[in-house]
Amino acid sequence: MIREPVLNALILAALLLVPLGALAMDEPFLITLATKVAIFALAGVGLNIALGLGGMVSFGHAAFFGLGGYATGVLASHALNYDPLMTEPFQIEGTTQMLVHWPVALLLSGLAALAIGALSLRTSGIFFIMITLAFAQMIFYFAISWPAYGGEDGLSIYVRSEFPGLNTLDPIQFFAIAFALLALALGFSSLIARSRFGLALQGARQNEARLRATGIGPYRIRLVAFVISGMITGLAGALFADLNRFVSPAMLSWQTSGEIIVFVILGGVGRLFGPVAGAGLYILLEHNLGGLTEYWKLPFGFLLLAVVLFARGGLIGLLAGEKRDG
Amino acid sequence: MAEPVLSIRGLRKSFGALTATDDVTLELRRGEIHALIGPNGAGKSTLIKQIVGELRQDAGEIRLRGEEISALPAEARARKGLARSFQVSSLASEYTVLQNVVLAVTGAQGRAFGFLRPALSDPSLTGPARRALARVGLGAREGVRAADLSHGERRSLEVAMALALEPAAFLLDEPMAGMGPEGSARLTELLSGLRSEAPILLVEHDMDAVFALADRITVLVYGAVIATGSVAEIRAHPEVRRAYLGEEE
Ligand SMILES: Nc1ncnc2c1ncn2[C@@H]1O[C@H](COP(=O)(O)OP(=O)(O)O)[C@@H](O)[C@H]1O
Ligand SMILES: [Mg+2]
Repeated sequence: MIREPVLNALILAALLLVPLGALAMDEPFLITLATKVAIFALAGVGLNIALGLGGMVSFGHAAFFGLGGYATGVLASHALNYDPLMTEPFQIEGTTQMLVHWPVALLLSGLAALAIGALSLRTSGIFFIMITLAFAQMIFYFAISWPAYGGEDGLSIYVRSEFPGLNTLDPIQFFAIAFALLALALGFSSLIARSRFGLALQGARQNEARLRATGIGPYRIRLVAFVISGMITGLAGALFADLNRFVSPAMLSWQTSGEIIVFVILGGVGRLFGPVAGAGLYILLEHNLGGLTEYWKLPFGFLLLAVVLFARGGLIGLLAGEKRDG
Repeated sequence: MAEPVLSIRGLRKSFGALTATDDVTLELRRGEIHALIGPNGAGKSTLIKQIVGELRQDAGEIRLRGEEISALPAEARARKGLARSFQVSSLASEYTVLQNVVLAVTGAQGRAFGFLRPALSDPSLTGPARRALARVGLGAREGVRAADLSHGERRSLEVAMALALEPAAFLLDEPMAGMGPEGSARLTELLSGLRSEAPILLVEHDMDAVFALADRITVLVYGAVIATGSVAEIRAHPEVRRAYLGEEE
């Protein structure tokens, strides 16, 4: 067994060293893979706040991931086409600046999470899962049927968005951006978990009646957590759009929601670095098994089943043992 | 006479054909321990659940310091000053003893929306929490997970969490059930001193504890109050002896 903080540091170091090594060996594709891991992990860190800390099994986080992606895509495409977003009552131009895309992505996904959470959190269990799924599907079909932004075909971003002082077209510099945001989100997530709010949130998961008896209403606590969760996943979506220079309704699909859940479960539900370990393992398997057979998801499915049945703490639980608080 | 802290009037609750609370009227006065006794299934827990808001009554009113609270959800009643302990221990089992009580202090302060400062390094939370733990004798066990506590320790932790709320009234549902004699004695002493801080509505099966502690006793049978009075009055009450105490002796 490794102590969890040590394990976390090792995981973070590995995620940093792989692309640096790839840079030295001139393997840009590896850098892109590492960037993908960082972005998926960020999406998972978001979900982990709802799922891991709050026990809210959201099957609709693709909604936030996709909205974040479309925030980048729509703003960038308007800028690249020199076509203002709107002219009445005042003119709003598109932009290629990440520093504008991100707040818009956070705002959009946060508002969506507020609306979806406010309704879904009146239910629990399987109903919560199905309602979050239903809302995400609504947004998915809306994106497909709205031709202005590519509909089913999606929307290309011809040039990756810009960040002041960096050349985002250089893979390692874009990786650095994704890595920095992931590190920030992990730090924030760790603070939240130990805070009063985190204490109440995890208390709501463990024993709702007890939380009420201490004078804390679980609904508002969960709703705020759901919004924070959706915003972080939305930010990951904004980065994902820039990574691929492309957004499409696929980002909003239920498969995407499922993948984000898989990152969290594979790595360890409620474990700070669970989503990082999970996303890393997922990409590793996809890359290796996926190279061997198109049907890699079948053995992968068995692996997932094994984790759910035998290793509830996921990869982190396997290596660092049971979760310890305080 | 001063206004009672808690006043229940004409309370009724049925589960289908079963009347679990049958026109119950009851007062909890300042400074008293009011014991609620009755055979198993008499409706004692059901009454407590209606007072704290876990169940909604069919009819009747519940006033806390004069204010009707029946429409409020459980968390709002807790904030108004009702602290309960559960008959079956109900804790955050993954949390340590200290985390459980810190959670209660957080609720008592009404400030659950702090995001950045670690709760366990906030003396305004851990201070009151540790004081409550010391009072129930769990001071040395603060780092143990609630799930790993003995049954008696869990009962004590329930009481510590109620203490941490600094409530206007305590509603304790069989706090001594399953505790060893040492634990019971300790808790009896604690409760006895506690009544001056806030009155206690005490559901308890241990008649020695009840007779030692109670200022007044209400006897519930089949959901209805058959007698209310002092310890001496209840001991002498013929109907009570027949319906209830007779079974115990
Ligand atoms: N949720 C419920 N649904 C149906 N019947 C209940 C429920 N809760 C309690 N009862 C019944 O109400 C009666 C009173 O129960 P309870 O209040 O737990 O008694 P006590 O605490 O005095 O032992 C019992 O007959 C019990 O079976
Ligand atoms: Mg009972």
